[in-house]
Amino acid sequence: MDWDKQLHQLTERLNYVRDIFADKHQEDIGLLEKRLAELRQGIEAGTVTKPREGLSTLEDLFFFMECKLEDRLTPMDKVRIVRHPQRICLRDILENVYDNYTEIGGQDEHTNDPAMLIARAYITRRRGRKVFHQSVLVIGHEKGHGEEFRNGGSAKPWGNAKVQHYMQVAETEGIPVHAYVFTPGGDPVEDYPGAAQQIARNIYEMAGLEVPVVAIFSEGGSGGAEAIALADRRLMFSHGYYSVISPEGAAAIEGRLKRGERASAELVERCAANLHLTAEDNVRFGYIDRIIQEPVLGARPYHFEFFRTIRQEVIRATDEVVLGIRGFAPMRGTALRRLRDRELNLDEMYVRWNLSRKARRRLVEKRQKHFLRISRGACLNRRSLWGRLSDAWAEQWWELYNRLIYDFYHRKRRSFSNALEEVESEWDLLKRRITAPWRTLRRTFGKKREASAATEKELTTLSEWDRTEERGDWAWVTARAKEDRAITCPNTGVHGCMDLWAPDLYNEFAGVCATCGHHFPMEYQWLMYNCFDQNSLFEFNAEMESGNPLDFPGMDTRLADAREKTGLKSACITLEARVDGTQIVAAILTASFRGGSVGAAEGAKLVAAAERARRKRYPFIVYCHGTAGIRIQEGTHGLVQMPRCTVAVRRYIEAGGLYLVIYDTQSYGGPVASFLGCSSYQFAIRSSNIGFAGPGVIKNTTGRDIPPDYHNCFQALSRGHIQGVWDRRDVRANLRQALMTMGGRNLYYR
Amino acid sequence: MIDISSLLESIKAEPYTELSVRAPHTGVVRFEGLQPGQRVNGPGGEWKEVPGTLIATITRENNPKPVAAADKGVIQAIHTGLDGKFVEAGAELGVLRHYLSRDEVVRMLLRESLSLFCAPERAKYYFVPDIDKKVKISGSRTVSVQDGMELFIASRMKREIPLCYTGPEGIIYEVYFNQNENVDTGSPLIGVCPPDQRGVIEDVIARVQMEWVEME
Repeated sequence: MDWDKQLHQLTERLNYVRDIFADKHQEDIGLLEKRLAELRQGIEAGTVTKPREGLSTLEDLFFFMECKLEDRLTPMDKVRIVRHPQRICLRDILENVYDNYTEIGGQDEHTNDPAMLIARAYITRRRGRKVFHQSVLVIGHEKGHGEEFRNGGSAKPWGNAKVQHYMQVAETEGIPVHAYVFTPGGDPVEDYPGAAQQIARNIYEMAGLEVPVVAIFSEGGSGGAEAIALADRRLMFSHGYYSVISPEGAAAIEGRLKRGERASAELVERCAANLHLTAEDNVRFGYIDRIIQEPVLGARPYHFEFFRTIRQEVIRATDEVVLGIRGFAPMRGTALRRLRDRELNLDEMYVRWNLSRKARRRLVEKRQKHFLRISRGACLNRRSLWGRLSDAWAEQWWELYNRLIYDFYHRKRRSFSNALEEVESEWDLLKRRITAPWRTLRRTFGKKREASAATEKELTTLSEWDRTEERGDWAWVTARAKEDRAITCPNTGVHGCMDLWAPDLYNEFAGVCATCGHHFPMEYQWLMYNCFDQNSLFEFNAEMESGNPLDFPGMDTRLADAREKTGLKSACITLEARVDGTQIVAAILTASFRGGSVGAAEGAKLVAAAERARRKRYPFIVYCHGTAGIRIQEGTHGLVQMPRCTVAVRRYIEAGGLYLVIYDTQSYGGPVASFLGCSSYQFAIRSSNIGFAGPGVIKNTTGRDIPPDYHNCFQALSRGHIQGVWDRRDVRANLRQALMTMGGRNLYYR
Repeated sequence: MIDISSLLESIKAEPYTELSVRAPHTGVVRFEGLQPGQRVNGPGGEWKEVPGTLIATITRENNPKPVAAADKGVIQAIHTGLDGKFVEAGAELGVLRHYLSRDEVVRMLLRESLSLFCAPERAKYYFVPDIDKKVKISGSRTVSVQDGMELFIASRMKREIPLCYTGPEGIIYEVYFNQNENVDTGSPLIGVCPPDQRGVIEDVIARVQMEWVEME
């Protein structure tokens, strides 16, 4: 019966409201419940004579209450909205927003990752009588409506790898990419290609993708979201969230909860508010370009009008991107800028989406510059005005100097010397042919040359090993070496290691067990002073300071404590140094300052360091002494450092530099899943653990127990995430070798 | 021939093993306040990554080293007289009584009563086709083996080598390996018992399964 169906729909709406508001607003929800029960009873008993009118009145009441509750939505309520099984999913969007689509990344559970959906879709537009079918590649997370195999939209590394592949396909075919972000976060699986490393590759790929990319956020959970969200335009559903961490995760950290403990609802609610994760917040910060307004209490699959809005907005965003970098379109550009959804039907206006080669380059340049600009104001820069002016002047000078020396003088000289080498090679061969008879005669009748004593010794005795590093004569020694105590190696049960006396272990042995080679964690200063040439360190941008852009409660005190404890102003030190005489730019992420977490200040320093290395044509070394991930107290200000720093690194690599990463101690989270993980040269000191999420986070989010050595550097090496594992005592020698043999052409010493 | 019933009786008389908790090295010992009769846990977690209950700490050269319970059980004795004193390596700090579980008793009985044939090298092991067929159809306990009989195929790096059984004649009571899984050197492949003992062993095992009372 018709009223039966309507009653069922109202019951669903009631359940939805109840789920979203958890235990809040019981009075309003109770009223709806009561009125619905009364009407149901009345209809079933036959006491309601006009069920249609009763239903209509009740529907009005539902709408009134929903509007009332809409005004009271808290950030955590919005989180519950996007997680609700009734929320629209990517399949609904494909069905209702695009005119046709073909899934190419698998179907339902018959794919290597059902949480990631890839489709070729098209949008039909008209100009007068002419019809245009415009192809797009749609990628995104598929949460479904509660299907278990979708893994809640948490993409596995191979799902992200599939996306990377199809983004390359889109680039080859020159079609725009629409990326729909519906994920609570990436699945922290370390199997190849690795959660962090693959996200890093995706971000790196998108930083240079030569087609328009539009990202639409519904649930933007941390690194999993960033894997497909580096876009020219970023839109967001009004009831969505975009955050560095889930409110529950933040509550577990803030509440210092142990494994298995649950945070209180109040703390979770408070954390959600403190994270500033809503669409309005992110538009205010400048990380989202536009909000797509949803129906009251969030979009559900039956809100067909909303799909029309999405369609108009994605078309508008794609048009804006294309017109922003291409050609002459004054009327259409003005129309797009000035007219909103209702006034302009974009289906009846045509903008060609393919781009010329030059336009593609402009597109990438524009995207990269946009990401380099964002979040600049989220950190404190205490450098004086004069200092900044002199920096700007020095930058321009270096730019000019390098253009003159390397792009002009060295290029010409190289061309000349290449030509000269060719001529010399030709002449050498000719000379050998001409003098061949004479040399034969000399070999037959001439006196044989005897090898000198030095040559004989060199050839017949063993070579001497330069044991500078082995002597244990280190320039910097930790204060722990002054303690009179013995230390037990954790491998003593396996290898029978003897106890080590701290002064020996931390001084001469460089924190390495003499029996099994276990590496005890050392301070960042050890490598900084022992690996780089003495008296060669010059720190720059030291005035950049970590701030509290979200006014996160208690964060100012914590930052002040960290400053006092470490003497640092942020977790990142950027410096110029020399390795065996070769100039380098280095960035050090120090675990001692707030766990090495990356926020806006650290990001800004890394970007500046990469720019400096590019400008001066120095190798760029990032020494990750340790990082716990993105600093959650900075919310999306921290999260956007993932694409931002990756863009900077990509620009540096493409300029022909050498970008090398060295891991030490614990390295997890966003930095590994972006600017660290995208390097082609990643090496780990034996004391390192590398991964996407730490053991505690994996247990809390997935419920899986992981083996104790799951993130060990040798495991990372076996999985193909890094390129080598180094002994701490050999870092300097290995680095020297790397500087000479790795990297691009545009290094000053090449 | 071993009398398995009397072995079970002797285990029943003392259904536990006593583990001596000893100092791993010299040092000053500090007990953690455990008293006799208190229960302790052994290493836990899927990979035994969680250490057992802390019993004492021995400090040598300012290096405090924990002494944890090696197995689950009850503290039988704790030599608190040594608290704060310097002890030699190997000095007994206490005694832990570990009560045997049903599985442990079964394992103990089988270890005593069966003749084990172990893997000579790390490889994947299979029964020769005839035996394999018989094992699959009627179970391993119908297969008789004698010394010198070609029983296994050891497969390693695509190289397959026949392996002959050496040991007393009997039936295969227990198979300890799985197909397609590597077996380490020295790990048991099969347990063999004389045919006339089979019934006795089965009876005793059944009795253990039914009657054994877990103390923990």
